[in-house]
Amino acid sequence: MLNTLSDYFTYDLLKLEHGTHLADAVNFFIYDTIKIFLLLSAIIFVIAIIRSYFPPEKTKRILSHKKVFIGNILAALLGIVTPFCSCSAVPLFIGFVEAGIPLGVTFSFLISSPMVNEVAIVLLFGLFGWKVTAIYIGTGLLVAIFGGIIIGKLRLEKWVEEYVYRFHNGQAYEIIKQTFKERLQYAKDSTADILKRIWLYILIAIGIGGFIHGYVPEDFLVHYAGKGNLFAVPIAVLIGVPLYSNAAGVIPIIYALMEKGLSMGTVLAFMMAVTALSLPEMIILRKVLKIPLLGVFAGIMTATIIAVGYLFNAIL
Amino acid sequence: MEIKVLGPGCPNCHQMEELTKKAVKELGIDATVDKVTDIKEIMKYTMSTPALVINGKLKHSGKPLPGLEKVKELIRAEV
Repeated sequence: MLNTLSDYFTYDLLKLEHGTHLADAVNFFIYDTIKIFLLLSAIIFVIAIIRSYFPPEKTKRILSHKKVFIGNILAALLGIVTPFCSCSAVPLFIGFVEAGIPLGVTFSFLISSPMVNEVAIVLLFGLFGWKVTAIYIGTGLLVAIFGGIIIGKLRLEKWVEEYVYRFHNGQAYEIIKQTFKERLQYAKDSTADILKRIWLYILIAIGIGGFIHGYVPEDFLVHYAGKGNLFAVPIAVLIGVPLYSNAAGVIPIIYALMEKGLSMGTVLAFMMAVTALSLPEMIILRKVLKIPLLGVFAGIMTATIIAVGYLFNAIL
Repeated sequence: MEIKVLGPGCPNCHQMEELTKKAVKELGIDATVDKVTDIKEIMKYTMSTPALVINGKLKHSGKPLPGLEKVKELIRAEV
C-alpha cells in the first residue's frame, strides 16, 4: 500500500522517470517518510496512553520501600514510561529522596529516562529494524540498572545537597484522576506535541539516508573508525558527551555515520553519550547534587557506555 | 480567583503561564495569575512541573501541557 502511494507521488505527480537515480532517491524518501510518520504517530500515541497511567507520583509510590537491585530494575523500566519535563528533575529528585528511595535507584530512573525514549525507538525501528531496536532498549536498561547499582554501592549520599534531606512535606501528592476519554485526549495532544518538535529532524534523517547514499564513498569512515580501530568507541563517546541533543536530533547524524561504515556498537555508544549526558541536565541536577557526585555520575556513565560499545562491536 | 503556575522556569513552564493568562483573558474573569518558581512552594503541591493550581487546588501537573480549551474548562469549573 505504501509502495503504491510513494510510486504515485514519484512517477505520476512529480513525473520522474523510472530507473533514474533521482527517481529512486525521491521514491525512497517518500516511502520512508510516510512509513516513519505512521509508525511514529501510532507508537507515540500508544506509549502516551501507557504513560498516562504512570505519573511521577505513582512511580514514586512504586519505588519507595524497594530494595536495591529489584529497585534498580524497576526504576530503569519506569524511567521509560514515566513522563517528565526536564524542568521537574529537581522536585522529582527531592520527592524520591523524601520517599526513602535509595540514591542508586533514583539514578537508575534518571539515567533510563532520557536514554530509552520513544522517538529513538521508532526511528531505530524504522531505519534499522527490530534487532537493533531491541539491542538499544536492552543496553539502555542495562546501563541504567548497573550505573544506578554502582552509584548506590559507592555510598555518595554525602554529596547530595543538605537541604534535600531537610525537606519534610510528609504528604502524599494527589494524583489527578482521568477518565479514559481524557487519557485519549492526553495521548493525542502528546503525539501532536512531539511530532511538532521533531518532524524536521526526521525529514533530515530520511533525506540523508536517501541522498548521501550515492555521494560519499561507502567506506569513508571505515578506514579511520571501523571495527578494527580499538579507539573508535572511546573517541565516539568522548565526542558525544559534550554534544547535546534529543534522540530525534542525533538520529540523522548516526544514520549518516552508519551509512559510511561506522560499526553498530560505536554508533550506539555515540548516540547514548549524546542523549544521556547533557550539560543542561547537569546544570539542573547541580541544584541537588554536589560537583563530586555529578563527576562520578558522568564518569560512570561514560565508562558504562564505552563498555556497551565494545560489547556490541564484539558480538554484532 | 487565585491561579498559580508552578515551574522552575523552562520553556514548558513559560508556555503554561502564557496559556493560563490567555485563558483568563478570554474568559474575562477576575483572577490573578502568579508564577511560582520556589522549589519549596512548588513541592507543597506536586513534584511534576509545569503545574496549575487554582484556589489552592492542584488542577494539572506535568507533561504534556493541557490545551487552551482544557485550561478554560478547569478555570470555569472553579468560578
